[in-house]
Amino acid sequence: MSTFWSMWISVIALGSIFGLCWLLHATRKSQTNTTETTETTGHSYDGIQEYDNPLPRWWLYLFWGTIVFALIYLVLYPGLGKFQGLLGWSSANQYEREVEVANSTYGPLYAELAAKPIEELATDPKAIKMGQRLFATECSVCHGSAATGSLGFPDLTDDDWLYGGDPDTLKTTITVGRRAMMPARGMMGNLTDAEITQVAAFTRSLSGLSVDPAAAEAGKEIFYGKGSCTTCHGQDAKGIQAMGAPNLTDNVWLYGNSQQQVEFTIRNGRSGEMPAFGETLSPEKIHLLAAYVYSLSNKQ
Amino acid sequence: MSNSVINNATYNYKVVRQFAIMTVVWGIVGMAVGVLIAAQLAWPQLNFDTPWFSFGRLRPLHTNAVIFAFGTSALIATSFYVVQRTCQARLFSDALASFVFWGWQAVIVLAIITLPMGLTSTKEYAELEWPIDILVVVVWVAYATVFFGTIVKRKTSHIYVANWFYGAFIIMIAILYVVNNLAIPVSLTKSYSIFPGAIDAMVQWWWGHNAVGFLLTTGFLGMMYYFVPKQAERPVYSYRLSIVHFWALITIYVWAGAHHLHYSALPDWAQTAGMVMSLILLAPSWGGMINGMMTLSGAWHKLRTDPILRFLVVALSFYGMSTFEGPMMSIKTVNALSHNTDWTIGHVHAGALGWVAMISIGSLYHLIPRLFGLKEMYSTSLINAHFWMSTIGTVLYIASMWVNGITQGLMWRAVNDDGTLTYSFAESITASYPGYVVRAIGGAIFLLGMLVMAYNVWMTVRQREAEAVDNLPQTA
Repeated sequence: MSTFWSMWISVIALGSIFGLCWLLHATRKSQTNTTETTETTGHSYDGIQEYDNPLPRWWLYLFWGTIVFALIYLVLYPGLGKFQGLLGWSSANQYEREVEVANSTYGPLYAELAAKPIEELATDPKAIKMGQRLFATECSVCHGSAATGSLGFPDLTDDDWLYGGDPDTLKTTITVGRRAMMPARGMMGNLTDAEITQVAAFTRSLSGLSVDPAAAEAGKEIFYGKGSCTTCHGQDAKGIQAMGAPNLTDNVWLYGNSQQQVEFTIRNGRSGEMPAFGETLSPEKIHLLAAYVYSLSNKQ
Repeated sequence: MSNSVINNATYNYKVVRQFAIMTVVWGIVGMAVGVLIAAQLAWPQLNFDTPWFSFGRLRPLHTNAVIFAFGTSALIATSFYVVQRTCQARLFSDALASFVFWGWQAVIVLAIITLPMGLTSTKEYAELEWPIDILVVVVWVAYATVFFGTIVKRKTSHIYVANWFYGAFIIMIAILYVVNNLAIPVSLTKSYSIFPGAIDAMVQWWWGHNAVGFLLTTGFLGMMYYFVPKQAERPVYSYRLSIVHFWALITIYVWAGAHHLHYSALPDWAQTAGMVMSLILLAPSWGGMINGMMTLSGAWHKLRTDPILRFLVVALSFYGMSTFEGPMMSIKTVNALSHNTDWTIGHVHAGALGWVAMISIGSLYHLIPRLFGLKEMYSTSLINAHFWMSTIGTVLYIASMWVNGITQGLMWRAVNDDGTLTYSFAESITASYPGYVVRAIGGAIFLLGMLVMAYNVWMTVRQREAEAVDNLPQTA
């Protein structure tokens, strides 16, 4: 902040407050009565008259009280331009202090748990409890409080993993996030609506859903040919975890399994995104979260 | 009959009648949308799976309808009435006054069409897109011209205090509205604010809080300064107090907006200024309440028989309560608990239902019969029924939101001994459910009262027509 703006802020802030002081002082001094009166100012507006009563004393004291408080506060805290206040307080250093206190209070507990491998933590009731609480705060918005997901958000309690469910992969997923991209209308973006209907039928048949056999047969040609679906979903259509491409044969459907819904997915593509938590959560907390998620599909 | 007999030759009552009737109509519309969105928070199925009925689009419709359709119509109706009667002068221009009425109705209709369509500039209480903003400004300039023009041609030597408040409201709202809505249009229905980031937030709340300060407070204090002494038939308690609290109020209110942005990216100095000025605001705000309440000294017995006076007095009580609550909530440590909770919603409605709506309703019950050349409303017992519905509705509303707000604030900050949060956000929503139901019921009772009022107004106007027929000369 430049000196000019600092001065400007100080002058208008103090000017407003001292202006009020003058207003109170001047109107108080010019009072014609010190106690309640039935004298009026002598005017009448549409029959309304005004008494010439003094300012109520308790109200005046309340007013002066708030002004004194404000002035003291402005001396102690940052308010007048660049002046930082005598206490040295700022919202940034208040935040830093609170984080410091939290770190020194809870740090040892997290450090102790972070030293243990995830497979071991997944059987530790205390660690799971903490992980579950973190999950409720950070993850439940998308994955649900029971971690069973919903349309577009994966179920974390089953054995089906888009990117892999081993401890290290889970930590990577939470730390850096994931960004999936399924192109619209096949790899080349050139499938016609009729072909999409056929590929959708074939895809559904892989999970044993009942489909029109002729359409599924035609769809198979497109799946392995024109659509190049195997590039991501693999020759066996069981998906490729390195690319986050889902297994199409297990009847687990992130975006619904109706013919209409699968067609929508192929026609428009999908771009699921999991945010990266590495910037907001410490590695120790991510370790605990990974352990909790791991425990969901690895029950003893 | 009294000196307030209908007289179109002396004063322009036509525009006052138009605005007064539309105040009741828009009040019902705005509050009905409010009850719907309150119910949506308890029963989300009421979003009906359509974008037009979704909470996100109807909430700005509710706020715009109650502030600019209901509240502002009440202010224009009463200001045009008060300025004529206390200046003893007819409105500056009948044609311009008529333009203000039809122009303002056009603004409201455009809001009702565009907001559910999702056309919004995204600024709170300033959602209307730029072409409507321009219409608002044009109508507002016409309004200011009629109002101040009437003051200029007044036949009284001084300007009555109610007119200072109305005048400050008209000028400040014009300035604040224009600055906050400065935007670069990219199409007929979309524009982007010219202010960046934290500055945009500050300008938004400079407007947002002063929509409360100058429209919902200063304007309605103008209403109070005419209708309270008039209905109580008592002189105003203290002229001196009205001067001091007027100048203090308009000086300090413009500073207060920053208290909406505590612990945000706004620089610390601005947050501090917003907080201390909000605290100083307590006494100037209370000045109006004291002056209104003390005006009744010697007339308290009238409350037993006069439900209109009851409306006015309870409105002043809610005004005093919410202007105490406001400075408290602006203190950083209190705000850390209350911010983003339903407490804020409760606080706003203590002002909006308890103060703004009830002072308007009381004033309209005084005003409407006089506009139609009658002594009183069709039914005093229906006014009394309305009074109790408004009071009970408001109390249910704000009490449920206090409970919800404090519950949410405490749940969000509760920490386990391992440093994790005790409750997930969804758990605080579950805990808020009973409060949402009670709030919807309170709002519905308040709305029901408005329907009672509409019936009473309808019958009053019909009574006027009946009397007019009675007065026709006999023609054998």
